[in-house]
Amino acid sequence: MNIQEFLTIFISAVFVYNVILSRFLGLCSFIAISKETKPALAMSSAVMFVIVMSSMITWFVYRFLLLPFNLGYLRTISFILVIATFVQLVEMIIRKLSPQLYRTFGIYLPLITVNCAVLGVAVLNIDMFFINGKAVAGSFYYSVFQGLCVGLGYTLAMLLMSGIRERLELCNVPQVFKDFPLAFVIASILGLSFMGFSGFKF
Amino acid sequence: MKDLIKEFAKGIIKENPTFVLALGLCPTLAVSVSVANAMGMGIAATFVLLGSSLIISLIRDFIPDKIRIPCYIVIIATFVTITELCMKAYSPALDRSLGIYVPLIVVNCIVLGRAEAFACKNNLARSFFDGLGMGLGFTLALILISAIREFLGSGQILGHTLVKGFEPVFVFGMPSGALLVIGLLLGLFNLLKDKRV
Repeated sequence: MNIQEFLTIFISAVFVYNVILSRFLGLCSFIAISKETKPALAMSSAVMFVIVMSSMITWFVYRFLLLPFNLGYLRTISFILVIATFVQLVEMIIRKLSPQLYRTFGIYLPLITVNCAVLGVAVLNIDMFFINGKAVAGSFYYSVFQGLCVGLGYTLAMLLMSGIRERLELCNVPQVFKDFPLAFVIASILGLSFMGFSGFKF
Repeated sequence: MKDLIKEFAKGIIKENPTFVLALGLCPTLAVSVSVANAMGMGIAATFVLLGSSLIISLIRDFIPDKIRIPCYIVIIATFVTITELCMKAYSPALDRSLGIYVPLIVVNCIVLGRAEAFACKNNLARSFFDGLGMGLGFTLALILISAIREFLGSGQILGHTLVKGFEPVFVFGMPSGALLVIGLLLGLFNLLKDKRV
């Protein structure tokens, strides 16, 4: 475990392999909720929180339940169940503790269960930080940090996109391109600029 | 019988999951680099869709309403695991190139969407044909996108060169090319819909 490794994870998760613009995870929510900046920010913070927590939980589930009992093939089922239960729990807790917070991002929480970014990061962590059925040194910290960075990447893409789409409201675009099609074209141009971070491998 | 054919046919054009309902876009974009990948993903997703529609429509009367979503997810995840294991055993190369997008079929909105909107309200035969039609519509959409991307991005389709001396446009093999292709295709479909009306 060293600082360099953390830096690599940060750069690759936020910029080079941006969760939305180059891995296409969480694309549905990205297109649907990026019309205005405020809900976009609320959704992003909810996603970031859930990704970090679920990275932690799935690491424990994989390391202490699935690996010792040789149940690696149950990964998909157990992870999605754990994530769904966790999201439900968070929703209940928030509703009880802080109605204010619940109004800001409570309605987005159920959506996050089927957000592929959450499950995607969990699976990615296992693929990257468990080699031949053994956890690499410091894999827990790497997993959580990667979760955090992916969340940051999601927030970055969401903020950029919502800012652009807010301005587009005032523009005169062709009728057939309104909403979804134009959002994809913009995402594509954003993606082009993010390709610059990977240094154009030919 | 006519009714069943209608359930089957609607998924292909009229309610195409990708272009009309805009569901399940993440895997569509990620695996559409080549036609071979797209076919693999299409078949896998169709199998999961078909299996989960069948089981859900069979036990729809026993599932309590309050916990139906977790129940659906467990059923879907079971079929995804079956697919994953089969793919690992019979075509490891395809499994490697699809990567994490195979387990991610679980959170593909088409599968859960059909379970929630159709299979839990309809009988076995109708759910079967609905699942088959939706799966086929998804596969066809994937093949269309991947054919455009593979041709423009590498000048080939399924490894065969179509036009001699065609200079490949590198960006269409990259993520941003995928977003551009689907954006333009959605625009085109909107245009066609406007024309018809």
